[in-house]
Amino acid sequence: MLKIEGLTKRFGQKLVVNNLSFRCGPGEVLGFLGPNGAGKSTTMKMAAGFVAPSAGTASICGHDVQTDKLNAQRRLGYLPEGAPSYADMTPAQFLNFIADVRGLDSRSRRDRLTEVIELLHLGPVLDQSIETLSKGFTRRVGLAQAILHDPDVLILDEPTDGLDPNQKHEVRQLIRSMSEEKLIVISTHILEEVEAVCTRAMIIADGRLLVDDTPANLVAQGAGDLDEVFRKITTSNASPTTEDRS
Amino acid sequence: MIRALFRRELQSYFATPVAYVFIVIFLMLMGTFTFSLGGFYERGQADLRAFFNFHPWLYLFLVPAIAMRLWAEERKSGTIELLMTLPVTPWQAVLGKFLAAWAFAGIALFLTFPIWLTVNYLGDPDNGVILAAYIGSFLMAGGFLAIGSCLSAFTRNQVIAFVLTVVACFMFLLSGFPFVLDLFASWAPQIVVDGVASLSFLTHFENISRGVIELRDLVYFALVIGTFLFANTIVLAWKQAD
Repeated sequence: MLKIEGLTKRFGQKLVVNNLSFRCGPGEVLGFLGPNGAGKSTTMKMAAGFVAPSAGTASICGHDVQTDKLNAQRRLGYLPEGAPSYADMTPAQFLNFIADVRGLDSRSRRDRLTEVIELLHLGPVLDQSIETLSKGFTRRVGLAQAILHDPDVLILDEPTDGLDPNQKHEVRQLIRSMSEEKLIVISTHILEEVEAVCTRAMIIADGRLLVDDTPANLVAQGAGDLDEVFRKITTSNASPTTEDRS
Repeated sequence: MIRALFRRELQSYFATPVAYVFIVIFLMLMGTFTFSLGGFYERGQADLRAFFNFHPWLYLFLVPAIAMRLWAEERKSGTIELLMTLPVTPWQAVLGKFLAAWAFAGIALFLTFPIWLTVNYLGDPDNGVILAAYIGSFLMAGGFLAIGSCLSAFTRNQVIAFVLTVVACFMFLLSGFPFVLDLFASWAPQIVVDGVASLSFLTHFENISRGVIELRDLVYFALVIGTFLFANTIVLAWKQAD
C-alpha cells in the first residue's frame, strides 16, 4: 500500500531525511514520532508528492508518487501540516470543491458529504467562512477534506493539533474506526496518541529511522513510560531496536 | 477538473470586497480618462478611441492587481500544498486560475458598456471597430494576466508579485514606443527594430483596435499567453515546495 525505499531529502547541505525505507499495508496505523525538525513532515510531503525526493522512491498502492503522480494521489487522502484550506470559502463550498476535483459523482458526493460532515461535526459551521472558524474546526475541515473520497491511504500530519481533549478523543476514535480497511499514517509528538491509536510506531530523529516497533513493546521497554523511552532514544541517538543504522 | 478550479478561483474574487472595489475603481478611472483626459466630447467624433487609448496604461496597474494573488496567496496560506497533492496536473491548476482571472477582467471590461451606449446615443459609430477594439483589449488583458500569474508563482508576497508584474508589463508596453525604437533604429538593422516593435502589446493592440483583426496579432497574444502560462507551470514545478 505504502512503500518507501531509500527516501532521502537534502535542502542545500542539510540532510533532512536520510535513506528512509519501510512498507506498510491496510489495517495498520503508523505513528511517526520524533522531535521537531526530525524530518516527519518532509517525509510525509514526499510521500504525498508535494516535495520531490533527492533520492529514493515512494509509492502508493503500486503507483510511484513521482512518475505516476495522479494515480497515486487519487488513492491518497492527505492532511498537510497546519491543515491549510481556502479561508474565504465556507466548509460547504470547500468540501464541494474537493468533491469536484476528486471527481465524485452526484450520488456518492451527497452521501459522502453528509457522512463526513456528520463524522466531524461540521454541521453548525457549514455556511460560515473558514477564516472565522476556531482552530479545532479548521483542523476538522482539513480532516474532512482528506477522507472525503474514502481513500485507501491516509497521511495525516498532526491530525489532532489544536483540538481540545474531547475533540482529540473523537478524532482518535475516527482514525481507529477507519483503520480496518485503510492504511493510516499520522505524525504526532503526543506520545499518548501513539499508544491510543497506532499499531506501529516509528521514531525518527535527524532524518533517520531509529525505532520501528509496536507501541506496546515500546512501553514495555520504558517500564510503562513511553515518554522515558522517547527521551532516551531521541537524545542519545542510540537505537535499541533497529539494526539497520548506518 | 479545470472547471472546478476555475469556479473556485472566480468565486474567491467575489468572496471579499476586493472584486467590487476593483470594478468600481476600474470603471471610475475608465470614465475619467475617457471623458476628461481623452477629450471624448471635444473630439467630436463618434468613436471610442479616446476610451481604448488608455486601456494599456490602466491595465498596467490594474491587471497586476488581479493577478498578484493567484499563486502568491496559495503559497502564503499553505494551500498550495493542498492543491498540488490533489489529483490535479500543474497545467490544469495554472489554466483554471488564469481563466478565472481572465473572466474577472472580462466582467470588468464588459461593465464599461455604458460608454458604448453613450457613443451610440450621440452619434453613429462603426460598431465593428468598437467590437474589434474590445476583443483586442480583452486579449491584451489576457497577456498581462499570464505574465502576472507566472510572476506571482515566484513569491509568497503579493506586493512583490504586483511590482514585478508592473515592471515586466511596462517593458512589454514600452518596446513599441518611438523613443525606444529610435534607440535601436540608429544602429540596429530594420529587422531588429521590427522585432522589438512586434514584441509590444501597444503595436498589436493598436492594430486590432483600428478594426483590423489580423491573424498575426491574434497569434501574438496567444503566444504571449501560452509562453507565460508554460513558464508558470515550470516555476511551480521548480519552486513548488519553497
